[in-house]
Amino acid sequence: MLESVANILDSAAVPEAIIRAEKIEKFYAQPSQNRIQVIAATDLEIVPGEIVALLGPSGSGKSTMLRMLSGLSTPTSGQVYWHDKPIADAEINVSIVFQSFALFPWLTVLENVEAPLQARGVEPGERHNRSMKMLDTVGLDGFEAAYPKELSGGMKQRVGFARALVVEPEVLFMDEPFSALDVLTAENLRSELLELWANKTMPTKAVFLVTHNIEEAVLLADRIIVLGRNPGHIRTDFKVQLAQPRDRKSQPFTELVDYIYKVLTKPDVAPEAAPEQQTKVRDQRQMHYQMLPHARPGGIAGLLELLLDKGGREDIYRLADDLSFEIDDLLPIVDAAQLLGFLTVEEGDAAITESGTQFANSEILRQKELFRTAAVDNVLLLRQIRRALESKSDHTIPEDFFLDMLDEQFSEEECLLQMETAVAWGRYAELFDYDAGRRRFVLPDMQEDEIAASKESE
Amino acid sequence: MKTQHPLARSLVTVRTWPIVTDMAVLAFGLAMFFAMAKIGSYWLEKPTPNVVISHSVWALPLYAFYSIVRIGIAYLLSLVFAVAYGYIAAYNPRVEAWMVAVLDILQSIPVLSFLPGVMLAMMALVPGHQLGIEMGSILLIFTGQVWNMAFSFYSSLKSIPREMVEASRIYRYSAWQRFWQLEMPFAAIGLIWNSIVSVAGGWFFLIACEMFVLGSRDFRLPGLGSYLQTAASANPVDMHALLCGLAVLVLIIVATDQLVWRPLIAWSDKFKFEQTESVDRITSPILTLLQRSTTLTRLPSRAWGAMEERLYRRLSTTQECRVVQPVDGPGKSRSILIPVVFGFFAGLAILWGAFKAVQMVHGVTLADVRLLLLGAGATWLRVNASLALAALWTIPVGVTIGLNPKLARILQPITQVVASVPATALFPVLLVGLIRLGGGLGLGSIALMLLGTQWYILFNVIAGATAIPSDLKEAAAVYRFTRWQRWTRMILPGIFPYLVTGMITASGGAWNASIVAEYFHIGDKTMQTLGLGAQISAATDSGRFPILLLATMLMATMVVTMNRLVWRRLYRLAETRYKLEG
Repeated sequence: MLESVANILDSAAVPEAIIRAEKIEKFYAQPSQNRIQVIAATDLEIVPGEIVALLGPSGSGKSTMLRMLSGLSTPTSGQVYWHDKPIADAEINVSIVFQSFALFPWLTVLENVEAPLQARGVEPGERHNRSMKMLDTVGLDGFEAAYPKELSGGMKQRVGFARALVVEPEVLFMDEPFSALDVLTAENLRSELLELWANKTMPTKAVFLVTHNIEEAVLLADRIIVLGRNPGHIRTDFKVQLAQPRDRKSQPFTELVDYIYKVLTKPDVAPEAAPEQQTKVRDQRQMHYQMLPHARPGGIAGLLELLLDKGGREDIYRLADDLSFEIDDLLPIVDAAQLLGFLTVEEGDAAITESGTQFANSEILRQKELFRTAAVDNVLLLRQIRRALESKSDHTIPEDFFLDMLDEQFSEEECLLQMETAVAWGRYAELFDYDAGRRRFVLPDMQEDEIAASKESE
Repeated sequence: MKTQHPLARSLVTVRTWPIVTDMAVLAFGLAMFFAMAKIGSYWLEKPTPNVVISHSVWALPLYAFYSIVRIGIAYLLSLVFAVAYGYIAAYNPRVEAWMVAVLDILQSIPVLSFLPGVMLAMMALVPGHQLGIEMGSILLIFTGQVWNMAFSFYSSLKSIPREMVEASRIYRYSAWQRFWQLEMPFAAIGLIWNSIVSVAGGWFFLIACEMFVLGSRDFRLPGLGSYLQTAASANPVDMHALLCGLAVLVLIIVATDQLVWRPLIAWSDKFKFEQTESVDRITSPILTLLQRSTTLTRLPSRAWGAMEERLYRRLSTTQECRVVQPVDGPGKSRSILIPVVFGFFAGLAILWGAFKAVQMVHGVTLADVRLLLLGAGATWLRVNASLALAALWTIPVGVTIGLNPKLARILQPITQVVASVPATALFPVLLVGLIRLGGGLGLGSIALMLLGTQWYILFNVIAGATAIPSDLKEAAAVYRFTRWQRWTRMILPGIFPYLVTGMITASGGAWNASIVAEYFHIGDKTMQTLGLGAQISAATDSGRFPILLLATMLMATMVVTMNRLVWRRLYRLAETRYKLEG
């Protein structure tokens, strides 16, 4: 009786946020004085009693967001509050479960779990008892003297969970905690985590999960936030009302998954108005180089052939399922094919275009030709490289020339990835060749001549 | 009974003869005490400028002991300095670039030409005691050992995986806990391997700097190096003493390897940053024995543990352990005043020093400079000739050994012992041979340089050949590569990164060796040839500091330039193009 009254009161009061982010932004400095905006000004709250999942394509700043909310990374502007106190001065109590586990290989399982308590000055006896109890809870009874390298991936992540929970964190952060594990182990750990959460075995008040796995998010979360990229911004933020335990096969579940796929595959339809920009900062959405999806030409050809087999139109979610691909692996290929005009995406379905059909039906040399035409027509960077090579008298250009131009739009790391993709596409299309030793682009026939010349001299 | 976790592993091992080991440990402790007392009383003696170095075999154990103490102290100093230097460089972005550049330059400066300056400074610092000369020689060995260790520690700190650092931050480790649970373990393996290289280099310098002439003064320190030199410069040469001295040296080196390095390497296996356990591991019976000794494992860890607990409790109340420290934040805005003031004074000191040095060089004539440049050219040719010769024989031999596991198992330990004998110790023997053959030092010095540097290349080539993946070898066999193709398409590209690493080390070693190889006292004669090394040694002998300064600067400039222009480019090429990944 009393309990139900308390419950009503609880649900009536608006829960006060544990962590509240106000207009946080993140820039990374580039060597060339440019600053790349990784996250646009964003407001976000983590309130007690919910599991929040943060979804987004790679490069949308999911991990950066997690690190700013946990105090590991300082926002370039804006402020993160921990119970209304700036996070840089607050004694926050959070934990992170890492994708790579981040266990100390030279410490035993028990020592790994004890270490955070040691940092907090807990007495050896109590430290030992609390750690042993936590190891017991996560099912690692009897493994306390083992070293992490003796354990399987799933067991290692259990140690990661034990270490995170032993400090009784108010908020538990998880950075793709299951993506380094095989499917079965991941499923197992997920349901155990839910059980701990539902039974209140852990004193944790909120969980913040970063993932690229849509099903995982729908399975676990009470609230899902989808990020868009360039720069990272919140595209949608909604509650998941499905009751636990959730059934992957049920219609509401699949509908929700489908909805998220649609949001993710239509990055250009921005739900909200653009956030206010600071001066001197380039608006990433007006950039003149397209972001090349990191897909190989062979992958694009494979996808188109598969799509043609399926009658030219297929749900992307089903495609990923058929190929048993993670969406993060499939989306770049879809994006690439779309960029080249080989397919269009409507309502979460991929539909092959005329040129795509032609491409898929051709033999390899013809495919290269079609790819070349599509690449020159649609991809600015490839067009520029080719034109520049044709107009220079010695038909070669250093890679740095283009890196400098990309540098204005992309992070240093992304520039290299962009260049790598451009080289793969250009080589496939025989638009140009790339001499990795000298880091220069060359026209293909030029290189043949050179090789002939060097053979003669040998 | 509750399990004691830090000892969980050693409790499981079967204990045999614990009393015997414990007694041995006790005896060792007593011996250490005696040794300290002995060293202390010797150091505080008045300096006797003409220490007579005995030829007697019976003097050898004491001399060897003195030499070992010198090396040991220099090594401990290097270790502490390397860790401090690496730590400061890695965590202070403001000074990082500077400190790394300084490391790079100091690493390539020929240490031996500092000998007179360091000695005089130390003598002035501690006048009237043997301690001054002693400190000078220790400092010199230290400068020969420390740089690669510092560099290793620095680059280890920089390569700690990001998520590990983040874990230590989110769980609010104090700097102390981070150091012992993350940074030191992560850097341990690199530090141990570099220590081995450093100590080997330490012997090279020790033997050169235990006995030397500076102007009218003759410095001698009782030790293995001076013993060998005295035996070589006696008239006639005391072959018996020379060989005995060499034998003791080899014995010490082998013993160090077995008693110190192997147990350390075996122990450091647990610091390997790997996800799964590797199959082959280095084992050490000494380590097993030590781990079984109850006194040695339980007592210190108890005492240490009790102290550490108190420290952790105190640290847990500091700001660092209560608030998460951002990994990328601007951090606390520390006052800029201290670095600026420090920088200002350091700058002043450097300017003053440079001014003084320039003043000193004033008296050098043009003819001197010409001679120096000529010598620099000659030494440059010699260094490269010795490198080429070394590469010429080590590549075929190293590849043969590396591609043949059975041969490698037999030859590896033998070559390791041979290689560990410092070249400076072998010089006298070789010189005696050269004199008997009637050869001059002009070409002979190339042989002497070769002696010191070929091993670096050989070991790297062996390692490179071993690392060629077997599927490449099989592919070469399947496609019936000709011998020419095998070498140009598989072996040479495969060993290239290793070869470059070996050549870089060897080139540095050869420059340093030129100082001792081009100029030598033997019997009552002085042998020398035209060369920068000879000019440095001769200037040391006659106390001509301006020449010494110029020659040293010239050599340092040449080494740094060669590194920048040739070696670093080759290294980058090796890293990008010829790296076998996977």
